[in-house]
Amino acid sequence: MALDAYQKREFKQVGTRPNRPDGVDKVTGRAMYGADATAPGMLHAKILRSPHAHARIVSIDTSAAEALAGVKAIVTAADFGVPEDDFLRDVQDHCMARGKVLYDGHAVAAVAATTIAAAKAALKLIKVEYETLPHVTDVDAAMKPGAPVVQAGRAYENVPAGMSENVTHHCEFGHGDLDAGFAKADRVVERHFKTAATHQGYIEPNACLASVTSDGKAELWVCTQGQYFYRTLCAALLGMEASQLRVTASEIGGGFGGKTMIYMEPVALALSKKAGRPVKLVLTRDEVFRATGPTVSSSMDVKIGMTKDGRITAAQARLCYSGGAFPNTTVDMGAQAAFAAYDLDAVQTLGWNVMTNRPKESAYRAPGAPLSIYAVESVVDELCQHFGLDPLAVRLLNAADKGTKSSYGPTFDQIGLKATLEAAQAHPHYTAPLGPNQGRGLSCGFWFNFGGNTCVSLNVNTDGTVGVTEGNPDIGGSRASISLMAAEELGIPYEKIRTIVADTSSLGYNDVTDGSRVTFAVGLATIKAARDAIRKMCSRAAKIWGIDEEAVEWVDGAAVPAGPNAGKFPPMTLAEIAAVSAETGGPIAGHYEVNADGAGVSFGVHLCDIEVDPETGATKVLRYTVFQDAGKAVHPSYVEGQMQGGAVQGIGWALNEEYIYGTDGRLQNAGFLDYRIPVASDLPMIDTVILEIPNPGHPYGVRGVGETGIVPPLAAIANAVSRAVGVRMTELPMSPPKLLKALEAKG
Amino acid sequence: MKTIHVSTTINGDPAEFICTPDETLLDVLRNRLGLTGAKEGCGTGDCGACSVTVNGRLVCSCLVLGAEAQDADISTIEGMADGDTLHPLQRAFIEHAALQCGICTPGILVAAKALLEKNPDPTDEELRYWLAGNLCRCTGYDKIIRAVQAAAAEMRGA
Amino acid sequence: MVKVLLWGTLRSAADGQAEVEVEAGTFKELLDELASRYPGLEPQIRRGVSLALDGKIYREAWFTEIGPDSEVVLMPYMTGG
Repeated sequence: MALDAYQKREFKQVGTRPNRPDGVDKVTGRAMYGADATAPGMLHAKILRSPHAHARIVSIDTSAAEALAGVKAIVTAADFGVPEDDFLRDVQDHCMARGKVLYDGHAVAAVAATTIAAAKAALKLIKVEYETLPHVTDVDAAMKPGAPVVQAGRAYENVPAGMSENVTHHCEFGHGDLDAGFAKADRVVERHFKTAATHQGYIEPNACLASVTSDGKAELWVCTQGQYFYRTLCAALLGMEASQLRVTASEIGGGFGGKTMIYMEPVALALSKKAGRPVKLVLTRDEVFRATGPTVSSSMDVKIGMTKDGRITAAQARLCYSGGAFPNTTVDMGAQAAFAAYDLDAVQTLGWNVMTNRPKESAYRAPGAPLSIYAVESVVDELCQHFGLDPLAVRLLNAADKGTKSSYGPTFDQIGLKATLEAAQAHPHYTAPLGPNQGRGLSCGFWFNFGGNTCVSLNVNTDGTVGVTEGNPDIGGSRASISLMAAEELGIPYEKIRTIVADTSSLGYNDVTDGSRVTFAVGLATIKAARDAIRKMCSRAAKIWGIDEEAVEWVDGAAVPAGPNAGKFPPMTLAEIAAVSAETGGPIAGHYEVNADGAGVSFGVHLCDIEVDPETGATKVLRYTVFQDAGKAVHPSYVEGQMQGGAVQGIGWALNEEYIYGTDGRLQNAGFLDYRIPVASDLPMIDTVILEIPNPGHPYGVRGVGETGIVPPLAAIANAVSRAVGVRMTELPMSPPKLLKALEAKG
Repeated sequence: MKTIHVSTTINGDPAEFICTPDETLLDVLRNRLGLTGAKEGCGTGDCGACSVTVNGRLVCSCLVLGAEAQDADISTIEGMADGDTLHPLQRAFIEHAALQCGICTPGILVAAKALLEKNPDPTDEELRYWLAGNLCRCTGYDKIIRAVQAAAAEMRGA
Repeated sequence: MVKVLLWGTLRSAADGQAEVEVEAGTFKELLDELASRYPGLEPQIRRGVSLALDGKIYREAWFTEIGPDSEVVLMPYMTGG
């Protein structure tokens, strides 16, 4: 066990910036993504979707579509069973509506045909009779008594009696005496906030190629963050054995949490089974927006009390999140994360999940946290402004630290928040001059980070090279990081190692690429698999030398006798041991399987300067700096990349991105023209300051870095806007029309 | 639907295909010619993942019909490297970690190359506005801008 | 005996207590004991719980050993993006 824990060491390769192993494929167009594969005899599938926000399906007549030339199979909910398990049933119902359509874009039928044109033509021939029902898409409206009920009887036991049936989940966290705390404050501010749902906005639409054969075997090629979880879900919904369904993760064109859940893969498999041919199913961008992904939308109240010298005396948040038409518990994470940055004597967070006629929520980078922390950091900033206090000093004064009882219960171990705040305070950005209509804002961010189920195999080839087989799709350069850690541990050059992502038949179960877990957990398993291989190589060397295994050590990529008593033998390198492996006992491989814990929470601080155009209400980001603790940055370029990418997604969330529903309950902006994600000309460079405060739970001190970066921008920009033009924006996005309206109201 | 026979040049080589009148150049490249380097991110000209050049002009191939390729000179990502020698832009993208998932990379490389052919020394602002039609969701564009400028500097020096 | 801190929503299922004491040496024993002593906790345990042990979060791991002086906090099972 001792080796699990962090040990201080001088790194030789970890911390360098070698080229990624998939680089050439990706710059030459050779990398194979979800939509890039084909199969012999392949059919093309299309999905028919509901034009209604909420309706009962009276009947579906597919006869005319079936008669169309080229059509080989049609499926509806009738082709699937009804899973007993609530979670599985929701997943399936989200993939294919059963009895009722619950949102605009909900799938009702799917066609596989010889051409895309034939499949599209067939969709037009399917007759669906709907009886439309009243709908609700707004979280506050859905909570009111008498609101249209999205699904009846779905509330958990924890929901207090008397609430709308749309309220499915309630949570409460915190400690201390709120009343006493608020009484100690010199000022108490309470504000209401509302945020729109956003989409992960991955550029690659969801795509898969399914092939089910008459002997019950199946192959699924799919862009996913977790081939194993997709296998679990698809096998359960199709009544297959896991061993018979091999899922291969394609290169993935972005996910950010959105590709941790199936949307149409079981439909492609069902079509393939029915048609007896491979079926390719690629969503359009319109379908991606209407039926995959989005985050929760929220309505929140935050109340904070502060003394005039900046000490927070009590804090409370009431969070209502809607995760669409299905029960959802993302509010748990929002509620736990809300005040994580603060050391508080009295804190309470209350959360409710509310169903609305919107697509089922999927994870998006630190799910639930950006919203609640936006609200909290906005109120903290307002208090700082009121008292004329320095916002960084106030955060330092109240910052959680080792030994702080966190707002969600546990006492923090080593965390990097104070160091991060101090780094921001010392940075020239914090004191740089500002011009008219310009403002500087800051916000803390937080994410829990996870470890999870992980398997790694490490094969020592006879030519002295090494193959690492892992099971997590590489979403941002992780193969490079994994190779670096293997190289470091084995003591051989990075270039001698090739890391690949296995299909589900080639390696044991791996959790999805989520929770910022891959560099942490797969890295840990890789280091341990390398140590397993090293033990075996030391044993071979011992046999060759005729000494005890215990008398051999591994130093700089070679077995050496441990101390003078072990005997005098020249070091045997990995390549030398590998070359004679057949003669000394056979192939050498290291393995490690674990459900990793100890990921270590992550804090970040963002500083941003903006300028508001008072004529248009448009906000331009002028300067942006991210400060975040990475534990140990294995490949600093990709750590920076995570921070920059997360920050820009948060900037988009703050300024422009939103799901806009009409009074008819239909999504009005299901395309990149109207759902505006940040483009290159919107942005400055995103500067990064990586702090390295070792995570005690990882041999190299690694901490997940992927998610925290999306959290602070929402409040950092709102706070900057407030300081620039004196209006406090309590609704996201702060799009130009909304900001202009607020400026006009202020006068 | 009646198909159309098209003769064209792709990455310097003669190519022929048939397509329907409503088929896009992107669909032809991907589905008929096996050139899947151009990606479909939206199909409506908003994301730039399908960028190619037609007679030297940067276009979204999802907004061009296959039939329009008759007698044209088309360049795609597959033709950017010279054999096994990467174009300076391609090399710079790898060396500067200017890609994460890589789905936007082919389109951005094609677009950046088209810019540098017209303007070998763009300012950051010119570059950002030129690339405003190419969406990247992973990187925040920072490393993309740095990589293109590094390649541009190298190409000017060469 | 191990002291287990419950989050707010669970307290009504545990006679209103914020902290309960159970006899348990591992995460599994703790969950079994909680479910049998307080049947109202069972639906949440089935949906999933994590355990923070001396500040370190465990999402599963039945056999994680819990010392008598350990700080044990029950948390909802969490997922990420």
